[in-house]
Amino acid sequence: MATRRHAPEALIARSHHDMGGRPAGKVKRVEHEAEDWERRVDALMVLLTGVLDGKRQMTVDELRKNIEALGPQAYDRMSYYERWVISITQTMIQHGVITTDELGRKMEEVKARTEDPCRK
Amino acid sequence: MPQVSKRSGAPSPWPQYPNDLPSEPVRFAPLERVRVRMSAPLGHIRTPFYIRGCSGTIERLCGSFPNPEELAQQRSGLPAQPLYRVRFLQKNVWHGYRGHPADVIEVEIFQHWLEKADTRTRDE
Repeated sequence: MATRRHAPEALIARSHHDMGGRPAGKVKRVEHEAEDWERRVDALMVLLTGVLDGKRQMTVDELRKNIEALGPQAYDRMSYYERWVISITQTMIQHGVITTDELGRKMEEVKARTEDPCRK
Repeated sequence: MPQVSKRSGAPSPWPQYPNDLPSEPVRFAPLERVRVRMSAPLGHIRTPFYIRGCSGTIERLCGSFPNPEELAQQRSGLPAQPLYRVRFLQKNVWHGYRGHPADVIEVEIFQHWLEKADTRTRDE
């Protein structure tokens, strides 16, 4: 008779983001003024969830789902609004609002803008 | 046992939340003992890992809301699920808890994650 390599519960362990109660030491409180890009990401979420006009493109639950889908290393490395912007973008790809190809080309375009301000 | 708050003067044990969404029937009442299901499925889950498997007391019904597990997957989340604030003794949640034995933690948990508790297990 074949034996299981893992107990079933070992296959679906606690997700990385679900860290309540894990040993973590003292909380380091670091405050900073929101940067402009962070305010824009926040505003984007307000618009996409239809808070103002009822036209909902996504839910806060999808935002959370796609944040939770980040790999543990990426999750730990990113700041709060970095996680948001990654998740919003992922959600817009999933909904077909933008395509991966459009995003890739736009990112290249923006990068080129900052590398060479004279380039049109 | 810690005092459980109640809405004074309310004719019904349930606080009323105007909400015309189709909703799952409410199954638990304040002061009832419940146990959080010990489960670790996939998807977007709002029930914290640390509280799964613990038993506590219904503190209040918070209302019924579309199920976030479904909302996260581009579905409606209907029928809405009753959401409860559940009160747990800290010493029942954390092994070796060194605080006051009456310390509590309250967690908001959707009804489908709760089952009637065997009052003889893991009780205060």
